[in-house]
Amino acid sequence: MQISGAQMVIEALIAEGVETVFGYPGGAIMNVYDEIYKQDKFKHILTRHEQAAVHAAEGYAKVSGKVGVAMITSGPGFTNAVTGLADAYMDSIPLVVISGQVPMSLIGTDAFQEIDAVGISRSCTKHNYLVTDAAELPRILKEAFYIASSGRPGPVHVDIPKDVTAQIANFDYSIELGLETYKPHTKGNPRQIKKAMEAISKAKRPLFYLGGGIINSNAAYDVRELVHATGIPAVETFMARGTLSHDDEYLISMLGMHGSYAANMAMSETDLVIGLGARFDDRVTGKISEFAKNAKVIHVDIDPASISKLVNADYPIVGDVKNVVQEMLKLSSNINPVKYASWRKTINNFDTLHPLTYHEDTKRIKPQWVIERVGKLLGDDANISTDVGQHQMWAAQFYPFSRPRQFISSGGLGTMGFGFPAAIGVKAAAPDKVSINFTGDGSILMNCQELMTAVEKKLPVINIILNNNYLGMVRQWQSLFYEKRHSETDLSVQPDFVKLAEAFGGIGYRVETKDEFDAALKDALEKNIVAFIDVVVERLENVMPMVPSGGSLFNMMLLEKKEKK
Amino acid sequence: MEKSERRVISVIVVNEASVLSRITDLFSGRGYNITSLTVAPIPDSKYSRLTIVTSGSIRVIEQITKQLHKLIPVLRVYEHADLVEKEMALIKFPASEDITDIATLCAAYNGKIVNVAENVIIVMVADEPKRVDNFLKIINKYNPKEIVRSGAVALER
Repeated sequence: MQISGAQMVIEALIAEGVETVFGYPGGAIMNVYDEIYKQDKFKHILTRHEQAAVHAAEGYAKVSGKVGVAMITSGPGFTNAVTGLADAYMDSIPLVVISGQVPMSLIGTDAFQEIDAVGISRSCTKHNYLVTDAAELPRILKEAFYIASSGRPGPVHVDIPKDVTAQIANFDYSIELGLETYKPHTKGNPRQIKKAMEAISKAKRPLFYLGGGIINSNAAYDVRELVHATGIPAVETFMARGTLSHDDEYLISMLGMHGSYAANMAMSETDLVIGLGARFDDRVTGKISEFAKNAKVIHVDIDPASISKLVNADYPIVGDVKNVVQEMLKLSSNINPVKYASWRKTINNFDTLHPLTYHEDTKRIKPQWVIERVGKLLGDDANISTDVGQHQMWAAQFYPFSRPRQFISSGGLGTMGFGFPAAIGVKAAAPDKVSINFTGDGSILMNCQELMTAVEKKLPVINIILNNNYLGMVRQWQSLFYEKRHSETDLSVQPDFVKLAEAFGGIGYRVETKDEFDAALKDALEKNIVAFIDVVVERLENVMPMVPSGGSLFNMMLLEKKEKK
Repeated sequence: MEKSERRVISVIVVNEASVLSRITDLFSGRGYNITSLTVAPIPDSKYSRLTIVTSGSIRVIEQITKQLHKLIPVLRVYEHADLVEKEMALIKFPASEDITDIATLCAAYNGKIVNVAENVIIVMVADEPKRVDNFLKIINKYNPKEIVRSGAVALER
């Protein structure tokens, strides 16, 4: 059919099964917004900032497993969205972000709201397009969705000049995709898999190293089967939280800079690392030359460039982790889980020696208690988003995650301001679950305007602000490594968060005791509107254990031991 | 530090807008070196061939080839071990220099005089990059006014 470029965008989104689009209109994208106005096949959620639109699309994508879609205008609309693109790129989140551009005739003339958008997004997207002819739009949009969601997922940016959205051309979405230069390798090499399984059967102290790729490939339940079939203990990266249930006997904990003592020691003592969809990030490995020094490495990843990038893989397997794990499972019958009982006991002893815990030794509420308390009260019923900083690490350490796609956080880029808009996207995708955003008094101000979106669209996100009047994580580093020179991290001057929430039509609570916290959470759940629960927590609490930047994983700063009162 | 080696990488890419930026952005963004880069369309196809001369440790070279391959419009990446490599150079001399000497030297490096004007002559040579280096060293005494090198092109044997 002969339709305009703007109508093509709508038709393509409908054909892709898109139900929700996050966005913010403006001059160059107006033709498309005019068509959005005329249709009722998908919802549009107007955020109050373009960055928030992309983060909301990320939250939506992470919880639903579908491609998140955001729409923005040219110039500042696009540059505001760049942080979201970069965030999605680092965490391999499938997105299609559509931006308006000035008309073709004005490109290159420094026109109003013109910026070289594809030039900027090139280094922070999986792929991008500048559409120069409406006839190309069906193919480009179809490719964009395919590229975003296949292989190692990631954001794809499509920049459409205003005159192209007005052009009339033929729309046929049933076209076959060519893409002969893009063929993700999803099936693992059977011989390599067999060799890896032989290595596992010979290992004395093997260890599963579970990464976020498992969540992306919907392989968590296959991984659970493999772990249980082999009896091999497992550590999770930050991005993999929820792969194994918190109460799984084979799960040690998270590893890395703020991983548990047992998890980091297990990684340091293992003789075979079985890496599944993990990328040996510096926050995981610490000093790379000391990382799992005596171990052979099996590395399963869909991205060949991730294999042997930082740590040499003895058994590289390129493939979709779900396929590979299913193949591994078929070959796992000769592995006797009992064999690793003493290795598991060693790890349990590490955990007994320095468990992941905290001391309740102050009058003020400990931030970790808040996380544990929400975990106890809501557990599986909540999806958990976070911002970035201390609260984020405590959430990863202390929340009892029980399923994949329950934990939504900015891992690779570490984007403050991610949590609230992401939690809005989470709520839009999973309305039956409570959407909690653990945040800090620093992070929440970076996208607090989203209160308006949450009120307008009735997306009752509960923001729990762990308020220590500090930019806490930077303050922690200053305390530990900069002789307590707390340069520009004291946030004693701050808004009245209760009034702030109320000003937008949400609800706010200021909480100083545990009872008040329980009451506030109960009330927020009952009122079912967007909430700020501002929790006054101990100011100088540190996230422990901690591997100092560049240090070896086994050299952790640990929680001081105290006698139980 | 791991030992850094010179390497020639050929990349076959779809001939489309901004594909060259994707390649060069990858090198600058990840801190890889480009010693030289040539690009031209492959006849009767929708592809172009790039020849990139780079340097780095084995691990870096492996990353370069993998990261290049990850770019969507990249069809193939060859990291050459056994190859025929050629580079061209154009050199402008004052006409007052000893033209016979220069012409003889050019011939030894697969070259010749390609243009003669009132005040200057232009010569070309085409040879292995190392030999071109050598040629340029030798002709220095004839006071070359300008030198242009093409960058290397290569084919696997």
